[in-house]
Amino acid sequence: MAFLQVEDIHKSFGQEEVLKGISFGLEKGEVLSIIGSSGGGKTTLLRSLNQLIIPDKGVIKVNDEIVFDASEGKLSESMLRDRRLHFGLVFQQFNLFPQYNVKRNLTLAAELLCKERGKAAGKSAEEIKKEIKQLDAKAYALLVKVGLENKITAYPGELSGGQQQRVAIARALMLSPDILCFDEPTSALDPELTGEVLKVIGSLKSSESTMVIVTHEMEFARKVSDKVIFMADGVIEEMGTPAEIFDDPKSAKLQNFLNKSQNLGIDDMESGFNAREWAKVAQDGEECLKDNELIRF
Amino acid sequence: MSFLEVTVNLLDGFKTSLFIFFITLLGALPLGLIIAFGSMSKVKIIRTITRTFVWIIRGTPLMLQIILIFYGPGLIFHTNGLGRLPAVLVAFIINYAAYFSEIYRGGIESIAQGQYEAGQVLGMTKTQIFFKVVLLQVIKRIIPPMGNEIITLVKDTSLARVVSVTELLKAAQDIVGLKAIIWPIFYIGAFYLLFTGLLTILFRFIEKKLDYYKG
Repeated sequence: MAFLQVEDIHKSFGQEEVLKGISFGLEKGEVLSIIGSSGGGKTTLLRSLNQLIIPDKGVIKVNDEIVFDASEGKLSESMLRDRRLHFGLVFQQFNLFPQYNVKRNLTLAAELLCKERGKAAGKSAEEIKKEIKQLDAKAYALLVKVGLENKITAYPGELSGGQQQRVAIARALMLSPDILCFDEPTSALDPELTGEVLKVIGSLKSSESTMVIVTHEMEFARKVSDKVIFMADGVIEEMGTPAEIFDDPKSAKLQNFLNKSQNLGIDDMESGFNAREWAKVAQDGEECLKDNELIRF
Repeated sequence: MSFLEVTVNLLDGFKTSLFIFFITLLGALPLGLIIAFGSMSKVKIIRTITRTFVWIIRGTPLMLQIILIFYGPGLIFHTNGLGRLPAVLVAFIINYAAYFSEIYRGGIESIAQGQYEAGQVLGMTKTQIFFKVVLLQVIKRIIPPMGNEIITLVKDTSLARVVSVTELLKAAQDIVGLKAIIWPIFYIGAFYLLFTGLLTILFRFIEKKLDYYKG
């Protein structure tokens, strides 16, 4: 049984069936990229994992534990929250909290959770306070990881899009999710800013971190992923290793899609990155991997 | 009648105006929030009822509402009804709650869905999301329209005289009628100006306080 097991997920909006039975598995430490044209159901699938959208049918398991089962019906809020926490999500639009500084953006949810769980476990106020102190240290370490420790007291409105997205990544890591999801993390960024974000995502790759990335950055998907899913019209059209998907596409739809994105030069246009720069990103990522100081999540 | 005597008399009326002002805020600020949630309810019947209610209250003059609430119970049920001042307070609270509710609704609906979603994926409860994430952003956005509405309220308190509540305007009119001097009616303008001036400063201060972040 795979670490993340997705079985037969269906979702309709009104008459339109957006997900028509999605199943796949992902091992711990693997990176999965989901590619495909707009309207193919990529984002819906990702939001289903995080249960921002509740699928009509299907089962999702993490580490053999059921985190979603449509046959259970509507869950209580606390149940739903617990299960959601298996997944982290980085949004296309960052969605940082504008009224809080960078540090508070990271610690707010973690602190609330820490208090709630501490109380439920009957811990003393002292113990809880100590744990909250540790969260500060964790927040700092994560900001170092995304290279923004000098922005710890800045407000989101004072940061560039790329910096905001890096803060959002750190914020998602604060809660140590089993699986970290990215919903087109660079689509809202200016071309010159996508590189820094992709670099950070690439550097997160480790044997402990499992990631699902919806992306239009084909070069990035090829370099970073262990597995690639090509979605079209609500089904998984093709699934395989990056080499299989990008170098040896089987279905006409995928061939068509890859041709189109190449002809348009989407990769280069969107990221302003060329192959040489990518090679450097990959190298940086590998160096990070050698570093044993990777923060586990 | 000396300037001092007139001032003392007017201050008495001004006290009533201030009383109406503060009690209205006290009642209408929370009531408006309840109405706002009603008009955003997922249940269609609740939404329809609250929206119709807001339409009626905003669509008729406040003066008419005061008259109706003061005289209505006596005419319809032949009871004594409310006293003059309580009737005025009820009318003001209902009227202003309707206006506030629309400002709240606009503020709440202007917050991007992503803010709620970010809270959700971070394991926050609905209550935590509302109070820790959304509320301050809503307040920042509604301060300017609320300032407008609250300054209007200061001047609207003069409508209470329609059921013979001696607020500032009526106090001045009484002097004019009794003593045959006209200037006190102009003098009260200074009272209103002074008070709305203070409120303007207060709102500017709050706006500045919330200016520390963008968005």
